[in-house]
Amino acid sequence: MPQHTVHKVEIAPQSAPRTETFWRKMVRQRQLIIMSFPMVLYVLLFAYGPLWGWLMAFQDFKPMAGVSIFEQKWVGLDQFKFLFLDEGFTRVLRNTIAMSFISLILGFGTAIGLALLLNEIKKTGFKRLIQTISYLPHFLSWVIVTGLVSMSLSTESGIVNIVLMKLHIINEPILWLGEGKYFWGIVGMTNVWKEVGWNTIIYLAAIASVDPSLYEAAEVDGAGRYRKIWNITLPGIRPIIVILLIMNVGWILNGGGFDIQYFLGNGQVLDWSETIDIFVLKYGLKLGNYSLGVAAGIFKTVVSIILLYCANLIAKRLGEERLI
Amino acid sequence: MQTANKIFKTEPLLFHTFNVIFMLFVAVVTLYPFLNTLAVSFNSGLDTTRGGIYVWPREWTFKNYEAVFATGKVYHAFWVSVARTVIGTVVSVFLTTMLAYTISRKEYMFRKPVTLIFILTMYFSAGLIPSYFLIKDLHLLNTFLVYILFPGAGAGLISAFNMLVVRTYIHTLPESLIESSKIDGASDYRVFFSIILPLCTPVIATIALFTAVGQWNTWFDTFIFASSKPNLSTLQFELMRLLSSSVNSNANPSLSSTAAKDTATMITPLSIRAAITMVASVPILVVYPFLQRHFVSGLQLGSVKE
Repeated sequence: MPQHTVHKVEIAPQSAPRTETFWRKMVRQRQLIIMSFPMVLYVLLFAYGPLWGWLMAFQDFKPMAGVSIFEQKWVGLDQFKFLFLDEGFTRVLRNTIAMSFISLILGFGTAIGLALLLNEIKKTGFKRLIQTISYLPHFLSWVIVTGLVSMSLSTESGIVNIVLMKLHIINEPILWLGEGKYFWGIVGMTNVWKEVGWNTIIYLAAIASVDPSLYEAAEVDGAGRYRKIWNITLPGIRPIIVILLIMNVGWILNGGGFDIQYFLGNGQVLDWSETIDIFVLKYGLKLGNYSLGVAAGIFKTVVSIILLYCANLIAKRLGEERLI
Repeated sequence: MQTANKIFKTEPLLFHTFNVIFMLFVAVVTLYPFLNTLAVSFNSGLDTTRGGIYVWPREWTFKNYEAVFATGKVYHAFWVSVARTVIGTVVSVFLTTMLAYTISRKEYMFRKPVTLIFILTMYFSAGLIPSYFLIKDLHLLNTFLVYILFPGAGAGLISAFNMLVVRTYIHTLPESLIESSKIDGASDYRVFFSIILPLCTPVIATIALFTAVGQWNTWFDTFIFASSKPNLSTLQFELMRLLSSSVNSNANPSLSSTAAKDTATMITPLSIRAAITMVASVPILVVYPFLQRHFVSGLQLGSVKE
């Protein structure tokens, strides 16, 4: 798509009467061009340049000195065939989609819920304090967050086990990170813990922009708190919810983040924790099966763009706000 | 009728009580793991293994922090982290603001293609392996420059999201200000340096925070591109190696063995971990509350589409 636009710019001088305007305009706007083109070259090189590497997915790529990418052995779609017939990859795909959905639904539900409740607090000092505290985990790195999570879930002195035992919900500590069945939930909750406060920012702004006269009118009609939330606030923030949903659909194959699974995953929960990104890292970079890794990466990018496009299209059909 | 009125009067109080209790619960759940680690970092390591440390140390000590900085490794990594954060943020914020100015000019002939080229990067990525080969071919492996240039978690030179935030902010400035100085013969350079940059201070603070957080918190580029050069190790990378070493104990021989040797002086891997966690998180945690007003409005700007 970017090539297309660049192309359009290049053919413009061919039409004779516009030639002069085009070049003259370029000279006149040379300062703006000088101020932006170095960055354009940078992004073309670093973000678009690696697209050449996609050729590797159609080869049996072996890095050798003095051998260019065009002299590698071509294998057509064999890598993709291998990928989809591989039981391991199917499982990786299942894990990725499951963890994305869990994180997506938990993330949206908790952030909207917390924003609605925060909005009901009228004491600004207390509200501000709670907000500041709730932003804290967003600023911690994933290395730290996963460290805190594994400490909180440990069997010896983990607070989660301590509290659950004090409340007599369980009788003995649970090995949370040692059993596959808990893993997806832990990933979802970790995402919520880190980002719920941060995600309320956008919803609170949307709630604040709802026309206050609507609430007054509803009060006159005798609507209570819950009615007002359901009939005025939620419809009022629907456009922003739709926009954020579309954006998140585009990231569904990220599996709810890379770092969580990389740090919290271990040998015992491997069948539940491996995602596409980890697959690429493991088979691609670490085991040197570059072509297979690139094929998995291409699959991820292409599906993401298709999903983003579809979500956008559906939103358009439903008459909702769109992203692009 | 009477009872219904009563219910409507007591309902708000009941709701507010539950709401406040719930908010306190959220605050406790958010803060506890962090405060617990803080307490452990100031508690004698051997004593911590007895359990029962919650949010206050039992046997105060600074030994954990001394041990962390004793090897020199963490100390060096700390300064590499500071350097990449400062340099990466200054360069990225300057270039992003400048780019945002050019795409905010309606008359700019390449405004649309330039904007599109950057926005697309938010939704696709060529992937890890092709990027690795590009960095390798550019001879950037194991160089400090890769921290500034690689457009990964740390944002690279330009972040498309930040660019949109600044662009939207510039649109809120009075257009007449720019036009009148253009009429007075000011060049685009001059408009940018003497009008846009000073007026953009609040939004610059916002994207500087976003960029700095990304730079400070990333470990992945060190892991992929610079892990064979100990000189370039960052704080997050050291912490990550230490955390994984508690799973397989030979991953980070130097620090774990320091900890093992020092059991006599009551230092354990757990307390070292807690101390590094604090060193790695406190610099950002003391800054963000002061920038809260800015990043809240910055996030709102970023969500506005043109």
